[in-house]
Formats: sequence, structure tokens, C-alpha cells
Amino acid sequence: MTMWLNADSRILVQGMTGSEGTKHTRRMTASGARVVAGVTPGKAGQDVDGIPVFNDVREAMIATGANVSVVFVPPRFARAAVEEAVDAEIPLCVVITEGIPVHDTARFFQYATNAGATRIIGPNCPGIISPGVSNAGIIPADITGPGPIGLVSKSGTLTYQMMYELNDIGFSTAVGIGGDPIIGTTHIDCLAAFQDDPETEAIVMIGEIGGDAEERAAAFIADYVTKPVVGYVAGFTAPEGKTMGHAGAIVSGSSGTAAAKQDALEAVGVRVGQTPSEAARIMRSLLRG
Amino acid sequence: MDLYEYQAKHLFDSHGIPVTPGEVCTTPGAAHEAARKIGAAVVVKAQVKTGGRGKAGGVKLAATPQEAQDRAEDILGLDISGHVVRRVLVTQATDIAEEYYVSFLLDRANRAFLAMASVEGGVDIEEVAATRPEALALVRIDAIDGVDAEVAGRIVEAAGFPANIRDQVVAILLNLWTVMVAEDATLVEVNPLVLSTDGTVLALDGKVTLDDNANYRHASHADLVDRDATDPIELRAQALDLNYVKLEGEVGIVGNGAGLVMSTLDVVAYAGEAFGGVRPANFLDIGGGASAEVMSNGLDIVLNDPEVLAVFVNVFGGITACDAVANGIVQAVDMLAARGEPITKPIVCRIDGNNAPEGRRILTDFGHPLVEMVETMDEAARRVAELAAERRAGSAS
Repeated sequence: MTMWLNADSRILVQGMTGSEGTKHTRRMTASGARVVAGVTPGKAGQDVDGIPVFNDVREAMIATGANVSVVFVPPRFARAAVEEAVDAEIPLCVVITEGIPVHDTARFFQYATNAGATRIIGPNCPGIISPGVSNAGIIPADITGPGPIGLVSKSGTLTYQMMYELNDIGFSTAVGIGGDPIIGTTHIDCLAAFQDDPETEAIVMIGEIGGDAEERAAAFIADYVTKPVVGYVAGFTAPEGKTMGHAGAIVSGSSGTAAAKQDALEAVGVRVGQTPSEAARIMRSLLRG
Repeated sequence: MDLYEYQAKHLFDSHGIPVTPGEVCTTPGAAHEAARKIGAAVVVKAQVKTGGRGKAGGVKLAATPQEAQDRAEDILGLDISGHVVRRVLVTQATDIAEEYYVSFLLDRANRAFLAMASVEGGVDIEEVAATRPEALALVRIDAIDGVDAEVAGRIVEAAGFPANIRDQVVAILLNLWTVMVAEDATLVEVNPLVLSTDGTVLALDGKVTLDDNANYRHASHADLVDRDATDPIELRAQALDLNYVKLEGEVGIVGNGAGLVMSTLDVVAYAGEAFGGVRPANFLDIGGGASAEVMSNGLDIVLNDPEVLAVFVNVFGGITACDAVANGIVQAVDMLAARGEPITKPIVCRIDGNNAPEGRRILTDFGHPLVEMVETMDEAARRVAELAAERRAGSAS
């Protein structure tokens, strides 16, 4: 049993018949995750490697007992797809799709908040993995096994890098929350869940420039988190006004700088590594003494 | 994408927000003609995407077409905080009675939108927010409900606009919200919104930021891109669909994933401190699942930057397979040699993850004297900084 996934998680893939959807369905299945259904409007009756495809999320949930959706549909259809999952009251909806207009994300996030039954992770994220338990998204399952570390990061490849650096210790759950300006699950949501998760002993939090999510996470850590937290922040060399790959990664004026984020984290006792490897070393020494 | 004032006002005008008539000009002669057509006193305003124009001498009144021409002559070519003025907006002068502020913006923290309004406009609104927060009204805007007459009325009330202009400001707010939604903007700001001496409320200056992710549903937004002001290497990278940002350093960077590439820049700058301040020359993310071709294109772009002295390829293969990355490196080097431009700059590679042993084998077999592999990201950063520093010293002597 872990925080948002467990061995009984039954995954449906929205957009499974598309090339990305098919590729990652196969990867998830190969990693031991239970992918039970696909959803593509108008393609009911087809299948991908024997996994049945349905026309809509509700139908797929009724037929297969699916309780997690992973969304791969293209940006222009993403809002409708997520709102359909919300209407079906699926508990967890992981939105992998990159490049969704932020007005669409703002609307489907508000839609899910109003309905109150669905947690959204993403968009523009690699998803969530509890190694050896389940895997909803595109995080490679072969980097590391289960262990005591919880990881939250906006970035996919930094997630993989950190899992690799600490693969001798292992992870309870790693969540890639995505690099867009509006995301469904925040650093704070993950910190709260890790704090309550009996499988997690220590937490790695990876931040990056833009917004003030890391500063707010620092305030949350001070008030609520008793488990050790190690931090890493990317983007010290980013110039003002330039978007660094992620739509949300932009320094505007004095706000959103990496230095401000590092200071905020260190001020509440989080040890921040200068490089990903150094953060990993700090975590290793905390756990191994 | 941030718009110029004249572009923002054009969007305002097309959505029914009152603005003064004006024309954008690139020569003093055109400014003369624009002022003549307006037939009244004009303001000549530098078009730059930075603040502090007025203080820098970028905004001037002109009573006659000849004066407009002279002021345009003064302003065109000015350097305002590193932005060279290549266009001026010539617009009818307004007799201002009062200055206000209104905006809508994306509110990341609350995952919604936010209206900001103040009856103290024409000033740096961030300073008002910091020093006199009570003078700035903030109203949360629900992403689904948006702004209707009732919400606009609440904004007007919260900011304390006078009763006699209430209806005008409500109408402007409704139209401004239409700009926000219809154009997929993340910021629409009017500063100042003014009350003229004849009793009309109008937008005197405007700022708009558009969401690039929404470009697919706004064909017209492509025309708003200022290609002349974009770095030529960035334009070439864009044409190849690569995510590239030019920086001012010596180490070319190619990596996969925005977070890892940002981190790579930092690690290089950090390692570079020990070598006289070697810095990264660019941000280049070849993305998840990159093919050999994408890798090759990326390397071509970075190697052709004359400021680059050494290159760092930093890849963690999550979905990207390291053998594809290695093949891309080999292809790029071979392609450049075939083009008669054999590589002269060292390439340091750190590749880990999916199919890493195969990727390393490909590079070992390639055996190119300028391509080397280093085990970890930190060591590779140190090595590439060292190579760049050696080359810098070599060219200086």
C-alpha cells in the first residue's frame, strides 16, 4: 500500500490507440502495472495487445473497474478528455500531455475542484511510480526498486537522474508533477502525502525556477513535515524573461529565482545540494548515517 | 510571447477597448506622415519590451509633424536597458485628468486568474503592491465562470473607481477579459487606464503576454513574432523544432528534458568557477524520446555557435535510448566532416540510463579524438569547463 497507487490500481489509458499511448501502455504493462482499459472515442471494440478499448471513461470504468486514468491525448483534445474523466469520478487522473494551453488547464482543474472526486497530476508530467507496486505514466520502471525515499519533482529527467543516483536505496513513490504554470498536484500535496505515508522515511524535493511553489513548500515543511527533506533547485544560470523549456520555468523580475528558492528551503532546515549528485549524497548520508 | 505596446493596443482595439489612434513607424519620415494624418499633438513612444522607457527618454510629446519627425529621430536607435529601439508608436496625445490601473493575469499560486485594479495608475504597480497594498484591489477570477458584469462591478467597487465612470470601466473590464480568453493571454494589463479631460476612459498603454501553447488555435499570432529581435541561432533552432535559448558563455550544452538541461547549465557554471568563470553558452533540450536525427540537429546548432569553445552532451535516457543519442553524435560529426567543416571543438559526453552500455560502445568504436566520455555529470561538467578554459587561454595567447 502506498500513497496514491497500490497493487490494486487498475489503469485506463485515454488515447491508448495513439502512438504514444500504445508505446507507454506496453511499457507500463511490462513494468507490472495493471493496465485494464483504453479509451478512444469511436474506437470501442478495438484492443491494444488484448487490452479492450472503450468509447468513454465511464463505460471503461464500469466494465473493468479502472480507478486511475493516464492521459496521452493531444493538447487540443486534452481538456475534454480530463473533464470526461472527472465526470466519471475517477479518483486519479495523470495528464502526461505536453503543450496544453493554460486556459484549458485552468478550466479543467477548476472543473475537477468543483466536482471534488478526482486528483489530477500534471499536465506535462512524467506521472507517478511506486516501484514494484504500480506505475501510471512514463517514468522508466527499471531505474530503481522499492525503498524508503519519496521524490517530488517538476522535471521528468531530473526525476530519473535522482532515482538513478539513489537506486541502491530505492523509492517508495516518485511523483513528477509537471513543469506547467498550473498543475493539479503541487509540491505541497506530495509533501503532505509523503509525511502521512508509512512507506516513506525521507523526501527529496526537486524545484526549479518560476512561480513561488518552492517557497510555499518551504513554509509547509516548517509547519507540517517532520521527516527529513533534501532539496535541489535547478535554474541558477537562467536569465530573466526567458522560458527555459518548461512553460512555467521563467524568472520574472525578482520573483522565481533559484537563489530565492534555495534560501527559503535552507531557512526551514532543508539541506539543498548544489548539484543533483550532491543532493543524492546528502540523502544517502541521512539514511545510511 | 510578450507583445509590444502597439500590438497590445491593436488587440485592445479589435475587442472594443477605447485606445487613441496611432501608427507604428520605423523611420522619422513615417513618423512625420503619421502625425500629419492624426492632425493633432502626438506622443512618440519607443516600442521596447522593457520598463523605464519614459526615464530613458523614449517617450516624447510633439506638437507638429516636424516635431514628431525630430523626436522619432532622437528615439529610434536608442538603447533602453539593452533593447535597441527599432520602432516608435506615434499616437494622439491625450489631456489626462486621472490615471488608473487594471489587469487580468494567470494566478499560478491559486491555480485560477486574478484581477488587479487601482485608482492610482501610471506608476510601477509592483511598487504599489509592495508599499501600499491597500491601494491595489485583488479579485480572484474563477476559470470557468470568468468575468461577467457582476464580477466587473465588484472589481470596480473594490478599487474605488468614481461612480460617474463606473459603466465605462465595467465595459472595458468585460472587453479586457474577452481579450484574455479569446486570445489565450496569460496577462492583459492597462497601465495607465486614463480619464481624459473630456470624460472618456481609455487605454493609454498596454501589455499582453500570449500563451505559446495556444498558437495552434490562433493562426494570426504568428504575425506578432518579432523575428528581427530574435537571436539568429534561436531562429534556426526554432525552424528545426528545437527548444533553444542563447546565453552568454563558452560551453555549448545539449541535453534531454528541461529540468536536466537547466541543471546542466548550473553544474557547468558551478564547475566553471574553478576555471576563471567558464559559463554555459546555451540551453538546448532535445526532448524526451529524441531520435538520432534530433541529436544530430542539436549538435549542429551548438557547434556552429562561434562563441562555443567546447560542448557538453548530457543525456539521461529515460525514454530516449542512449544508443540513439550516440548515433546522433556520430552522425553529426560525420555530417559536418562531409560538409567540409570537420569539428574542431571538443565534445564531452555523459550518457546514462536506457541502453547506456550500447551508447557508450558506439562512441568508443567511433574513437574520434575530439569526442570523450566521462562517467558522471559533475565530473563531465568539470572536464568540459577545463577544455573550454584551455581553448580560451589558447586563443588569447
